Amino acid sequence: MTDTVANASAGTASSVMPRLKMAGITKRFGPTIALGGVSLAVHAGEVHALIGENGAGKSTLMKALSGAHQADTGAMWIDGQPYQPKSPLDGRDFGVAMIYQELSLAQHLSVMENIVLGDEPRMGPFMRWGEVRRISREALAHVGLEDLPLDTIVSTLSNAQQQLIEIARSMATGAKVLVFDEPTSSLSQHDIENLFTLIRELKAKDYAIVYISHFLEEIQEITDRFTVLRDGQSVGSGVTAEAEVANIIAMMVGRDVKDLYPRSDRVVCERVCEVRNVAGIDKPADVSLELHRGEVVGIAGVVGAGRTEFFRCLFALDSVRSGMIKIETISGNAGGNFTPHQLWDGGVGIVSEDRKREGLATELSIADNLTMASQPFFITPGWQSKACEPWIEKIPIKCASPFQPIDGLSGGNQQKVAIARLLHSNVDILLLDEPTRGIDVGSKAQIYQLIDELASGDPENGIKPKAVLMISSYLPELLGTCDRIGVMCKGKLGAIKAIADVDEHSIMLEATGTEDMQ
Amino acid sequence: MNQKVLKIAGQAGPLIALIFVFGLFAILGGGDFCQWGTMNDILMLSAIVGIAAVGATLIIISGGIDLSVGCTLAAVTIILARLLNLKSGDTYLVEQYPVLWPLCAAIGGIVLGGAIGLLIGAAVVGHIGRAAAVILGGLVIVWLRDGNSMPLVVCILLGIVAGGILWYLNRVTIKKTPLPPFIVTLGLWASLRGAAKWMAGGSAVYADIDEVDGTAIWLNNLMRDIKVGDLILPMPGVWIWIVLAIVIGLMLTYTRFGRHIYAVGSNENTARLCGINVEKTKILTYVVAIGCAGIAGVLRFSWLGMGDPTTDMGTELLVIAAVVIGGASLNGGVGGIGGTIIGTLIIMIVYKGCTVLGLENFVQEIVTGAIIVAAVALDQVRHRKAE
Repeated sequence: MTDTVANASAGTASSVMPRLKMAGITKRFGPTIALGGVSLAVHAGEVHALIGENGAGKSTLMKALSGAHQADTGAMWIDGQPYQPKSPLDGRDFGVAMIYQELSLAQHLSVMENIVLGDEPRMGPFMRWGEVRRISREALAHVGLEDLPLDTIVSTLSNAQQQLIEIARSMATGAKVLVFDEPTSSLSQHDIENLFTLIRELKAKDYAIVYISHFLEEIQEITDRFTVLRDGQSVGSGVTAEAEVANIIAMMVGRDVKDLYPRSDRVVCERVCEVRNVAGIDKPADVSLELHRGEVVGIAGVVGAGRTEFFRCLFALDSVRSGMIKIETISGNAGGNFTPHQLWDGGVGIVSEDRKREGLATELSIADNLTMASQPFFITPGWQSKACEPWIEKIPIKCASPFQPIDGLSGGNQQKVAIARLLHSNVDILLLDEPTRGIDVGSKAQIYQLIDELASGDPENGIKPKAVLMISSYLPELLGTCDRIGVMCKGKLGAIKAIADVDEHSIMLEATGTEDMQ
Repeated sequence: MNQKVLKIAGQAGPLIALIFVFGLFAILGGGDFCQWGTMNDILMLSAIVGIAAVGATLIIISGGIDLSVGCTLAAVTIILARLLNLKSGDTYLVEQYPVLWPLCAAIGGIVLGGAIGLLIGAAVVGHIGRAAAVILGGLVIVWLRDGNSMPLVVCILLGIVAGGILWYLNRVTIKKTPLPPFIVTLGLWASLRGAAKWMAGGSAVYADIDEVDGTAIWLNNLMRDIKVGDLILPMPGVWIWIVLAIVIGLMLTYTRFGRHIYAVGSNENTARLCGINVEKTKILTYVVAIGCAGIAGVLRFSWLGMGDPTTDMGTELLVIAAVVIGGASLNGGVGGIGGTIIGTLIIMIVYKGCTVLGLENFVQEIVTGAIIVAAVALDQVRHRKAE
């Protein structure tokens, strides 16, 4: 397999030496083989997609490239020069720069201090501030931020601007190979387009670019060639424009995914939740919706539209400024002044968008995380395993035992635990905030399947359908799973329309607030 | 491979370290170390630090820390001494009720610990008004008692009423500003010591009566043997430690409150998301934990035979070290009572072992300090590996 990749890369650029070449890279962590002989070649002026499920070895390969890990065997060349980085600093000297999904700027320092950080122009122990300004000005010009004051403190900038500064920083250090690791996950649609424009400019300036993303649409839009990794092996590569999405997915998961979004017959039953003109302290501004058993309602919108804030208001994690929330599964609710505890008790459950910081307690076991929202006064291990095992089996969650620490699981399995928590508490209303963010396609498929089952119920066995309210920034997922979709823009939720009446285009127009201009 | 080794070391490590330390001193000290008297001392000293450490384990698992536990012990010894010196008319209460009154005094000491816990907990979760309510209650009791010589029961009731009213008025706080427990208890480390000296009137408080009708008062004998009829119970303090450790250990593992302590320490946001009342859990954790410190204070009184405002300077570090050596993480969410017991024994064997070997006091201190740093360093390494 790996040979074909190497040949394929060599074939397209027979005469030109690739800017970056990696051959036969292997890396073991104890008994697990993270990389089993991966080869990759990226030419100057090429955007190369690295695709694969979580755990396929993308990050390990890129860490070997940046110098954060040392490969066990294999060799790398940059512009034909053998390249063996001992540390990320070493990698930077050779011209390899990483743009991570989590921003890595010093938040309290100024823009220019960040740009020269670690490589400050000095005279003896003294900073040469004139030189710092010149370098920064030049680097910022590359990314279209000529007008940004150099002494702006980084923490006052938006995510998108910070990312641009990170790119500018790699320009300043003389990078030749740029690695973008999930660069769009915290960006709005508008910012993504700006980023793509910038990547195209960098491409024209002969940078070699490695682009890692879970979003195949993005990959089709921005990349020239791709390599698919699975289980530490490269399992395929080619020219992006010639590849079919279905084929790429099949390579990623190693099987055909025919029905990614299953949809059984759903019967809409009684209303369980009513929200009228809810406004939070800052966001959301105005949200109204009704939710019934037996339906999946989606909320689309760009990052920062106030969707998560709405969920936090609904779940009493943030205060509500005005409006009415009525949960009909909780008897005798007057003003809607609940605590999260009452909501769990009353059949409402939430999955957070941020697994690490909010969704899960990573030091604790699967059992502790899964049962955290509803536990009896006395808890025995026997009770815990009895409570967990049905869900571990049914969803399924891949693990050794319910008492395994949760940080040993893959992202997909962690997310399934977060969702199983709702099932354990037997909730009727599921609030899912980005339920498939950053997880592999296989787990995604299982979660879509589960959402469908929950919304359909099983009337024959007396299982009532549940109500699902779901936030997602991934439109194909919303269109695939939901029955009705509303779009949130600048804190306001628009009219909720049946799935038949919307498409990606109309949602994007509404989400970016350009609908009225059309 | 590396991770597996670390995992095993994390679980069995403290026990191996205990055997190693014990073996080391047994070889170096020979017969001087391996004798009943030394073992007795180690167990006795361990009981006091160990009980405080059992409480501190709860606090550290919940993601907090208590730097003022030594001062709590000192304050409790003073309260105990003063309660034992109370007279009803011309006769000492102890003489009238030789069993019951010391028990009341001991409960009073434990309640003082709980009140300090309430104060710290309220401050940590940002209920400044409620922290003030606890202080107000305490001041009312002291003021009524010292200024107006009212009956103690009346003082206490009025103090509780005054504190309770202010506590109730603070039930709704507009915006809470949680304070780092490190800072809260660092402040108390100074203030509480001062308060203890104030309660003591500046110097140690001796108990006026230590025996009634030829029988020693049991409260003074917790660290020796207690005769109950014909039965002799050796080292009651150590038994108290064992029973308390079992009770708290079971609570931590098998009750919802115990699991909530882990949840809050591991990830406060997750706990809140899951409907756990984080503020209540934290406050209750400090109350129970520092209530344990109150019991340690009772034993300290028994050991000293007096109330001493300067006792247990530096005990807080021994306590924290014992918990961390036992495998708890200062980042919260990880730890257990079994480990803490082993950690306490390690610290105390080193402490006593150095004395037996005839090493100077400063050697003890240097070695203890090194062990603390090593334990915390190990904790950090473990934590980083886990990520």
